[in-house]
Amino acid sequence: MSDDTAGATLAEKGLASGEQEVASFEDSRHGPLRQLQGFLHSYPTAIPFIVLIIGILIFTVAAGTRFFAPFNLSLVLQQVTIIGVLGIAQTLVILTAGIDLSVGAIMILSSIVMGRLSVVAGVPVEISFVLGLLTGLACGLVNGLLVALVRLPPFIVTLGTWSIYGALIILISRSETIRSQDIAAIAPMLQWMGARVALGGGAILTAGSIVMILIACVVWYILNRTAFGRHIYATGDDPESARLAGINTKATLIGVYSLAGLICAIAGWVVIGRIGAASPLAGQNANLDAITAVVIGGTSLFGGRGSIIGTLIGALIVGVFRNGPALAGVDVLWQEFAVGGLIIVAVTIDQWIRKISA
Amino acid sequence: MSMDTQPASLTATPIAGPNPIIEARGLVKRYGRVVALDNADFDLMPGEILAVIGDNGAGKSTLIKALCGAVIPDAGTIKIDGSPMHFSSPMDARKAGIETVYQNLALSPALSIADNLFLGREMRKTGPMGRFFRLLDRAEMNRLARAKLSELGLMTIQNINQSVETLSGGQRQGVAVARAAAFGSKVVIMDEPTAALGVKESRRVLELILDVKRRGLPIVLISHNMPHVFEVADRIHIHRLGKRIAIINPKDYSMSDAVAIMTGAMKPPTIGG
Repeated sequence: MSDDTAGATLAEKGLASGEQEVASFEDSRHGPLRQLQGFLHSYPTAIPFIVLIIGILIFTVAAGTRFFAPFNLSLVLQQVTIIGVLGIAQTLVILTAGIDLSVGAIMILSSIVMGRLSVVAGVPVEISFVLGLLTGLACGLVNGLLVALVRLPPFIVTLGTWSIYGALIILISRSETIRSQDIAAIAPMLQWMGARVALGGGAILTAGSIVMILIACVVWYILNRTAFGRHIYATGDDPESARLAGINTKATLIGVYSLAGLICAIAGWVVIGRIGAASPLAGQNANLDAITAVVIGGTSLFGGRGSIIGTLIGALIVGVFRNGPALAGVDVLWQEFAVGGLIIVAVTIDQWIRKISA
Repeated sequence: MSMDTQPASLTATPIAGPNPIIEARGLVKRYGRVVALDNADFDLMPGEILAVIGDNGAGKSTLIKALCGAVIPDAGTIKIDGSPMHFSSPMDARKAGIETVYQNLALSPALSIADNLFLGREMRKTGPMGRFFRLLDRAEMNRLARAKLSELGLMTIQNINQSVETLSGGQRQGVAVARAAAFGSKVVIMDEPTAALGVKESRRVLELILDVKRRGLPIVLISHNMPHVFEVADRIHIHRLGKRIAIINPKDYSMSDAVAIMTGAMKPPTIGG
């Protein structure tokens, strides 16, 4: 390569030796760090799973049986149900390299539509329930159309619709909460998600938690066992490649945002079940907590990588780190501190794993 | 078609012999004031490897994109096997039997080899699970993916479910070529298949191209690499300033002649139109 006067053949030889250097680089993949990277690349949910186990161990040591008791652990599951369902919706969107800031607003808007129509407007509960679901679907569809057809960045679209759906919440609810007693009297079906199922040893499941797991199973099936699911990953991974490979990326995006909207509407039903009432102020933190759960669960904000199981584990981590410190008598401040640290660690690890092919 | 000058160059022109698989006439594509295709013609004969060469900005890419449906020409006709076609998306071209290996390969790095081979044309299970629950037939897709890769001698790839980003550049190219060869019923178009590869891997890909040809599929090869072009091509389509200015037989011309024609330093042998 040092010979400047070399002809084409020599230049090719130079190329050849360059090639071998690259090849020898690849040999260093067998180092322990590389192996770890390869392992995490194949099993990206390993880290959140380990963090969850460590979290449970720490708080078990710190708070003893107040924390590690069937009742409390099932309480954690109840507490993360809303975050979990919203997180599933958010996972779908983030897999396409998008983000949906409006999931919390869609959830509340749907719950208000269900509650207000059935209690105030006197619409039969089944119909107002379906209209509530359709509200969520329509909100998601609007997001999807703006992202896919108008080609606006998802962040901007959903920042805008977050405000718009928020305004609709105030408009429709007139800032009034539909009281729990009224819903129980007129539309008890809307509170069904709060139904309790006692397991042994003090553990109590709600219908909402079971539904969260059912939704997770359905979405897992869609992502991993249907062509639509594969297209979601491909669209998020590299939209141009996906398009050239024959995938209708616009239809995929519209489908994803719409499905996410529908799942948010179900989350709205879960909210009524959890608090009993249909309140315009419910679930204020759920929006960002859901994004936190998705990110801690190992789903990449750059799209194309991630899983529903990871998101569920992420939601549980958020729940454990909220519940555990309180029981261990630690200042509430440190809960947020720990969750914030986890987000940054999770994204750092994601960046590192993504470099595997470099 | 006037064939008056330099008849030697015309021994391999598409006029005589069997009908072309792809026949394009008068393709025009403008981007604003830039004319990317200026009445360009194109012919691909059965069973041949046709190389398309041209300087940067000569309009090769636009020509190829028009043939594979990624760009819709403003004017002109494209005939496949004699029947006129209007492609409005790459899917249309694929349905007509034209498969393309894009320069960026159009693979999804995070998805597995099998997923990538069937991307956009996944197979569903037969019966109610497939029809109502859209269940993919993973076992069958994996089996076919393995078969296609072994057919092209690519089974050094051990695990059909490993993600594409863990493969080397040449292996990725192999996956993209296997995908095109597996589904292309009429033509395989390859855009710069060796550009990003080292010497050894390039050699492997050239063998792959000849393999595909032996299976009877004609190939359009776009490349900047003259030694590669002259090694495998049966005919060379030279593109300059948005149109085809010559078709040469690599046996009759040297590489430097081809480059001279391509850059305008040498008067091209006349082709009609």
